[in-house]
Amino acid sequence: MFNKKTIFVAALLGTVVACSMSTPPAAEPKVKAENTRNAAADFALKDADGKTVKLADYKGKVVLLNFWATWCAPCKVEIPWFIEFEKQYKSEGFSVLGVSMDEEGWKAVKPYLEKSKVNYRMVMGDDAMAQKYGGIESLPTSFVIDRQGRIAATHVGLVERADYEGEIRELLRASTGARVGDAGDTQLASNQH
Amino acid sequence: MLVTLAIPSWPQINTNLASASPVAPVTIKRGAQAQAKVHVRLMPGYHMNSNKPLDEYLIPLRLTWTAPPLEVVRTDYPEGKMEKYAFSEKPLSVITGDFDLVTEFHAPAAAPVGSQTVTGKLRYQACDSRACYPPRTIELKLTVDVQ
Repeated sequence: MFNKKTIFVAALLGTVVACSMSTPPAAEPKVKAENTRNAAADFALKDADGKTVKLADYKGKVVLLNFWATWCAPCKVEIPWFIEFEKQYKSEGFSVLGVSMDEEGWKAVKPYLEKSKVNYRMVMGDDAMAQKYGGIESLPTSFVIDRQGRIAATHVGLVERADYEGEIRELLRASTGARVGDAGDTQLASNQH
Repeated sequence: MLVTLAIPSWPQINTNLASASPVAPVTIKRGAQAQAKVHVRLMPGYHMNSNKPLDEYLIPLRLTWTAPPLEVVRTDYPEGKMEKYAFSEKPLSVITGDFDLVTEFHAPAAAPVGSQTVTGKLRYQACDSRACYPPRTIELKLTVDVQ
């Protein structure tokens, strides 16, 4: 027969094992070393309300810059994740910024944003914008930008949600230093492919 | 009668995922109909939406012609295959590999006799298993001999 102490220890061990099995392993962040990050190019594009949005507006924040389009099915897998990231990490200094590459403009994009309840800011991209980010060959393409306005990670194509989340968390933990744009707005972010 | 000039949505992209060209010149009698076949080749590892994608946001494969005075009666597209991808909850109607499109032209009785070139545009949007590529348009030129 087991005594009470044995049962308690067994129960405790069981709980620990159960918790470790139910919690997905933390994603290994894949952010670049700080000294290898290039400055994210600044831009000025209109949002759905016609207001100008600049990357420099996001001074001191971690930004997930996501190029997408309504015709891109893999992009739509990520959008619900981004909605949750915006909710979960906004108070810690994080923002998602979407860049739509739809040829038909807001006419195509606005209904989708409303239907999907997108809660983060969206701008309409163009060729000049794509060029600033080294040429966007396929969608989705995303850049995770640190608080200093540097590209810390790049993702081309659909990746795991945990990849983004690990990177966002790591960058949010990093201390604030220089501000977005300090590293040079015009430097081309050309290291993503 | 050939041509494969791909025009992407944002011009810096040069990779052609597909090529297309008319299989042969077309001979058509005034007041009659004739078919033109266009052969399309999509690179391995990619798929494009069929002419009838199941999602309203997806861009369908579409062939259009500017061929006056010839009239386009109809264009037949291959039936899409239902394929499931990691990024889609439901199967998508897609086309892969090589396939043909067939357009039926009608020549009005008053059409001028002789050889002419008509132009077509094949618009498609392709993806692989992880990413999608911008919609592109391939310009076609078809030689038609009206008799």
